[in-house]
Amino acid sequence: MKWDEFFVTGEPMIYGAMVSIVVASLAILIGLTYFKKWGYLWREWLTTVDHKRIGIMYIISALLMLFRGGVDALLMRAQLAMPENGLLDGQHYNEIFTTHGVIMILFMAMPFIIGLMNVVVPLQIGARDVAFPRLNAVSFWLFFAGAMLFNISFVIGGSPDAGWTAYFPLASLEFSPTVGNNYYSIAIQIAGIGTLMTGVNFIATILKMRAKGMTLMKMPMFTWSVLITCVIILFAFPVLTVALALMMFDRLFGSQFFTMANGGMDMLWANLFWVWGHPEVYIVILPAFGIYSEIISTFSRKNLYGYKSMVWSMVVISLLSFLVWAHHFYTMGHGVMVNGVFSVTTMAIAIPTGVKIFNWLFTMQKGRIEFTTPMLYSLAFIPIFTIGGVTGVMLAMASADYQYHNTMFLVAHFHYVLIPGTVFAVIAGFYYWFPKLFGFRLDERQGKRAFWWIIISFNVTFFPLFFLGLKGMTRRMYTYSESTGFGPLNLLASIGSVGLAIGFILLVYNIYWSFRYAPRDTTGDPWNARTLEWSTHSPVPEYNFAIEPTVKGLDPFWESKKGGHQLYEGKIEEIHMPNNSGQPFILGIIFFFFGFFMVFSWWVPAIIAGIGVVVMLAVRSFERDHGRHIPVKEILETEARLGGEQA
Amino acid sequence: MKRKGLLLAVFSAFLVLLTGCNNLAVLNPKGPVAKTQSNVIIFSILVMALVLLVVYILYVYMLTKYRASKAAPDYEPPHMEGNKWLEITWITIPVIIVTILSVVTIRSTAAVEKVPEGYEDQKPLVIYAASSNWKWHFSYPEEGIETVNYVNFPTNRPVEFRLYAYGPISSFWIPQLGGQKYAMSDMVNKLNLVAEHAGSYMGKNSNFSGEGFAHMEFEALAMTSKDYEEWLDEVKTTAPKLTEQEFDSLLKESHVGRKSYSSTHLEFRPAPEGENAGHNHGGSEEMDMNSESGEMDHSEMDHSEMDHSEMNMDSTGTDDAGAADHSSHGN
Repeated sequence: MKWDEFFVTGEPMIYGAMVSIVVASLAILIGLTYFKKWGYLWREWLTTVDHKRIGIMYIISALLMLFRGGVDALLMRAQLAMPENGLLDGQHYNEIFTTHGVIMILFMAMPFIIGLMNVVVPLQIGARDVAFPRLNAVSFWLFFAGAMLFNISFVIGGSPDAGWTAYFPLASLEFSPTVGNNYYSIAIQIAGIGTLMTGVNFIATILKMRAKGMTLMKMPMFTWSVLITCVIILFAFPVLTVALALMMFDRLFGSQFFTMANGGMDMLWANLFWVWGHPEVYIVILPAFGIYSEIISTFSRKNLYGYKSMVWSMVVISLLSFLVWAHHFYTMGHGVMVNGVFSVTTMAIAIPTGVKIFNWLFTMQKGRIEFTTPMLYSLAFIPIFTIGGVTGVMLAMASADYQYHNTMFLVAHFHYVLIPGTVFAVIAGFYYWFPKLFGFRLDERQGKRAFWWIIISFNVTFFPLFFLGLKGMTRRMYTYSESTGFGPLNLLASIGSVGLAIGFILLVYNIYWSFRYAPRDTTGDPWNARTLEWSTHSPVPEYNFAIEPTVKGLDPFWESKKGGHQLYEGKIEEIHMPNNSGQPFILGIIFFFFGFFMVFSWWVPAIIAGIGVVVMLAVRSFERDHGRHIPVKEILETEARLGGEQA
Repeated sequence: MKRKGLLLAVFSAFLVLLTGCNNLAVLNPKGPVAKTQSNVIIFSILVMALVLLVVYILYVYMLTKYRASKAAPDYEPPHMEGNKWLEITWITIPVIIVTILSVVTIRSTAAVEKVPEGYEDQKPLVIYAASSNWKWHFSYPEEGIETVNYVNFPTNRPVEFRLYAYGPISSFWIPQLGGQKYAMSDMVNKLNLVAEHAGSYMGKNSNFSGEGFAHMEFEALAMTSKDYEEWLDEVKTTAPKLTEQEFDSLLKESHVGRKSYSSTHLEFRPAPEGENAGHNHGGSEEMDMNSESGEMDHSEMDHSEMDHSEMNMDSTGTDDAGAADHSSHGN
């Protein structure tokens, strides 16, 4: 590697990005020093093991990544707005759609979902933290290290350029000689290890730490969705781990698993990728279903309709999610038999999903529907996601897929699934649980304004793509000629994307404005909600519940508000909490540098960093840390300060 | 109401889709394969529109009837567990729909994989279509000609495209004649198409394959058999022979425009099919090689045979330095 190849050169946009990165970093450093916030940052955030703060950090990272992925999307739409547009060249465009895909799925959707899981699950089940708080911090910092490593690729060394699917042999050293795909294999690997540990952590938390009386079939639907999601993570992510490791061997050490020569099998990568990749879709969709279930039930003022069938449909979806991967490449030439089987399993997913849609609709029947911002997103989800769903069934039909495959029709389909399915859900969840974390609601009027911008612009952006696909426009084309006739619909889609950007700006402004001016909520239950997390104070004290709650049925808080049983019985005792630790943060930094050195094949520094990782693990193994106890007096004081109705 | 307007827009868009198919290539088929697929697509759109309609009617009903602003101030929503019969309904009906669609899918998939109905008794015209960055090479082994970035064939005769790649996975697609299939470096895929109308159709690689991908298009020209014969004669008499050297330089070049040759690259660089397939070396062949080398001296081996098989493996690599790799491969 020559030094002039180290930094990406020759692109004015990238110079601009470099300058802004340097300026922003300097501003942050200077700001922290000037306001003497280094200690605060270290004590309260970098070393925290509190699930709520880790959740907030996940969500902040996700919002940053949403910005990055969104800018990528806007650049793509700008390039495609007109035929023969010269804004981006082919290579640059290829890098941008690759990073857009990876970032949106792995570094935006995933952390946003995991952030909400972190914030909500322990509160919903009446626990004081997750099962392994320290591990939880490690998960976050590994995710963050992976995300940052992936993001620096566009200024240092060059971004991956083989699509987010990184199909071989295109992603092999032969056709993608820059370090871009090294970043891909290593950054995602590091973040993926974090995700895998999150999966383990939350399964243990949900199975072992539920409040007294909360049997599995009395768990809130969001918690159920997280449990099932984590089981999928546990089975799916190891496949990705192996696939990425093989990819790394191919690219760094000259092995030939997926290459064209010496018996490498390119389609083996495609199979491994989608054996993980399809369940991954459900990893980001199922928690979204959980979020919608909570919100629709809350704002219909009714219990969730068909609770049992909701649970079973998720279980069925999770099983089927592992049996459909080959529908991503019907066209590779496996015969009628294989394509037929995968068509049927794929279409079968529509059945449990349909059950859920009907259950949500009937939850609203005889309800008292209130159109709050989180409810609006949940309501917009139903009709829009159904379009995504039915086009999914159309794509599942192998013979027809030969015509849809690789086209804009497919692009439209998965945006119609993932944006209403996941993005609307995390926004809805963000609006819904925001007051629990910060003690005030985001302004409703501004929230609704942003909502309408986003919903309408979304459809303007993505609906035309169905038609472009049927016209024969393939995905990932950086340009097209005027004679194709793709121009007008592309322009329409690009206009829509500007509207989406405006919607997101309004959303961010809504957050900013509300931080400054929104009236504070002192009840802890601003939405008149149903589950345990609303029964404690807002913002939630670090120990979550002064007394561990006892539960008798579904919607325990609702029941207790209606004059049912007491949630909190007994008296306040000392609370055992885990200690903060800087180790997860340091481990994240070491992993970042380990990954960085590996990307550039700088072996000696890589080995040193690798030893650093082992040392950190050894230090942790020999450490005795039994946590600390919060004395009763301190708890009483906190409770009194926060409102004290429970004590 | 804004949302109702939105729904209306969605529905009218669907109507536009169903009526104005002519400028949608996929729904404007010019051959039996694309016709089958177009029928499947339209059928599935109709069924799915029905599903959407049911969901949307329920949705609008719930949202208009049960909004808080309409409810009496003291209205308290009831506790509802779910209803066995309703649940059975919305499981059974989707099961029936999926079953119908499954039958349609499997039958139509079987149909488009075969030589289209009514054309079985004709001998198909075999055309090898190989992709390389970022071109398409079409070889007509029976005619002994080769073209680059355009392919001509007669109407009303089944054409069997045999697809493979000298590089990343590509997908061979002529939307108006039929769906696509992958062209890969280590195996040959077959795609049966028939053009029933003469005309020039857009063909392209639809699977992202790197920097020049967007321009990896070719013209598929369906001609009457008379025109086709004339064109064949013209190419055979006027086009130069395709030498190995010329072919290698074609592979290296990113964009070459249209070319015609009066011989094919299959003679010196066979397609990865049969004994030449990339993955055919796993079991028996490897053993054969071992036993061969055990029985006879290496130097006495039939050199043309050996070269042949090495060449094929080599053809899966793009650089000519692959020969060294293959000697180790055989051992």
